[in-house]
Amino acid sequence: MAQFKPLFSLENQNLLTAVQPVGPLHDGPALPRGDWQRSGKPFLFHLLGRLGNAQIGPIYLGGLGVASLLFGTLAFNIIGFNMLASVDWSPLQLIRQLFWLALEPPPPSYGLSIPPLAQGGWWLVVGFMLTTSLILWWARTYRRARQLGLGTHVAWAYAAAIWLYLVCGFFRPIMMGSWSEAVPFGIFPHLDWVSAISLRYGNLFYNPFHALSIVFLYGSVLLFAMHGATILAVGRYGGEREIEQIVDRGTASERAGLFWRWTMGFNASMESIHRWAWWFAVLCPLVGGIGILLTGPVVDNWYLWSMKHHVVPAYPQVYPISIDPALLGGTP
Amino acid sequence: MSRCTIFNLRALQVWAAGLALVALAGCGERPPIESKQLGYRGTGMEQNVNPRLEAVKLAANQAPVAAEEASADGPKAAQVYQNVQVLGHLSVAQFSRHMAAITQWVSPQEGCNYCHNGENFADDGKYTKIVARRMIQMTQHINQDWTKHVAATGVTCYTCHRGNPVPANVWYKPADRKYTENSIMGDLAGQNYASKSVGLSSLPFDPFTPYLLEDKPIRVNGDEALKFTGAANNNKSTKQAEHTYALMMHMSQGLGVNCTTCHNTRNWQEWTNAPPQRVTAWYGIRMARDLNNAYMVPLTETFPTNRKGVHGDVAKVNCLTCHQGVQKPLYGAAMAKAYPELLTVSPVAGAASAPAPAPAASAVTALTPATTAAAAGNAAVAAAVTKPVALK
Repeated sequence: MAQFKPLFSLENQNLLTAVQPVGPLHDGPALPRGDWQRSGKPFLFHLLGRLGNAQIGPIYLGGLGVASLLFGTLAFNIIGFNMLASVDWSPLQLIRQLFWLALEPPPPSYGLSIPPLAQGGWWLVVGFMLTTSLILWWARTYRRARQLGLGTHVAWAYAAAIWLYLVCGFFRPIMMGSWSEAVPFGIFPHLDWVSAISLRYGNLFYNPFHALSIVFLYGSVLLFAMHGATILAVGRYGGEREIEQIVDRGTASERAGLFWRWTMGFNASMESIHRWAWWFAVLCPLVGGIGILLTGPVVDNWYLWSMKHHVVPAYPQVYPISIDPALLGGTP
Repeated sequence: MSRCTIFNLRALQVWAAGLALVALAGCGERPPIESKQLGYRGTGMEQNVNPRLEAVKLAANQAPVAAEEASADGPKAAQVYQNVQVLGHLSVAQFSRHMAAITQWVSPQEGCNYCHNGENFADDGKYTKIVARRMIQMTQHINQDWTKHVAATGVTCYTCHRGNPVPANVWYKPADRKYTENSIMGDLAGQNYASKSVGLSSLPFDPFTPYLLEDKPIRVNGDEALKFTGAANNNKSTKQAEHTYALMMHMSQGLGVNCTTCHNTRNWQEWTNAPPQRVTAWYGIRMARDLNNAYMVPLTETFPTNRKGVHGDVAKVNCLTCHQGVQKPLYGAAMAKAYPELLTVSPVAGAASAPAPAPAASAVTALTPATTAAAAGNAAVAAAVTKPVALK
């Protein structure tokens, strides 16, 4: 009997994996000398298997992991307790106001000096601890990859994110001569900082590096959607075995390539699509960081910069011309 | 597909749709939201309005019908009544009409005795009477000297009071945290707390003290593309931008408008390609500052403690005080026209303007209409009379 294949099936639009292969639980290959032992006995978790691999653990913590978690936990707790103190130690208000609360950098009057704990000192402490934690975790991703005999692509991609974090919270404030220019630790407050820096520096949308960063952000989304869709579409021919298909191209790979050649005349290969995706993702924070680093230390007003360099058109005057009342002298 | 009821695909989708609806409901503003184009196409110059909420606002912001005009004939109020310091030049009929209107606007529940001693209307014993007199002078000052903000529409007591002895929207300096003293943790830095004053954002929650009481610089943008160039090297910090942003959020909320009502979305600082409303708003900021310094702060000693903020400061005005969420207060109803005595500062009638027995007497007399007529120097006069309380 011919298999019934609906034109549009919900199964294909689903987030959850369709096949959940279950084999014997395993620890993975033996670790090189000098490494720690892995912790935890592996087990199967069906629901997580619907999102990824059903086998959970073991996990490799290692010295770098433990140190990173230690610094990260300290930073997280210092931020949390400062937030709690800022609502007069009311746990209820902590939950209610959580998205609004923050640990602020020191006020502008302190410049780059060390402020008292109550006025941004904690922010410096947390900044140090969180940065240490992130860099230790970076070293861990690098080292784990090496110990497994992998390339270090994940570590370098992560380094691109750390670069943007350091630009916003460390390099740019130092170049501006003031910790107060840095990002507060808080949900809405860090978003307000984003808006405020754009307003202060004449509209960040006119910053070409910001524009490039958006290109790579949206580009990543586009590539991710195209790639994910392509692989799912050729899944019925074994297309998800991408790595094998790089060297031994099967019918899935051929059809996927044909589809894009037919629709847009050009197609990525099983290898190149991953290089594209990696570079788009990495370039997003990389160029964004350059844009932020120029905002303030070099450029004071991006709109004026863009007009000066004819990056954007002038629009027709549609309002009666207003004159800045401050130029007319006193009030009223 | 239908093996298991909870994780069945269709059930999951229903769950997801339900959750999405609940999340949307939490946003508070139910559609429809209409968008009006205000500027050149494609520049984002738009005003978003929700016709459903607009209807509610319209109903809540109606001006009362003016009382029938009174005859200007007959003896003047100052000749018939004692201690009429500001409106003595009106006829008795006009004066009575004005007093009736004020009662309707400000103390409809409490009646005449909210300000007057029922035994002796001339008595200045109640603080409310001193304040009311000063507020009449303030209204006259606004209508005469701030036409760049209130135009010919003008304001009356009702514009702010709306039947409340204390206008519903006034501001005080915000309370400190309970455990601020000697605490090494939890510095709010004047922000990061959901505050209605700034549209429930986490921006600095007191944008009023620096800008509507003191005159801290509001502008943060520079005139040069590059840093370290031009005559005035722009050194404004991002923190200052957050304070300016906070003031703008207040204005946006107070007037029920988007940023685009005044600003060019591409270049916030630009005047030539910005809607003309920005000029009106610019004068509005200066007007609020003038009223706070010249009228409200000097009344600090006159008000009893229960009318003051936690820092002992007097109630002060901001944009919301008059606008109450509407771009033109009371939708631009020209209410003041029917009360010409409020349109101009009263003529100085001999010794009549030597009033105010309150402790703040010196400040009050120093600022009677005769002196305030030198309107350009208002802020300076006020600063000389009462030093505004410093921020923190």
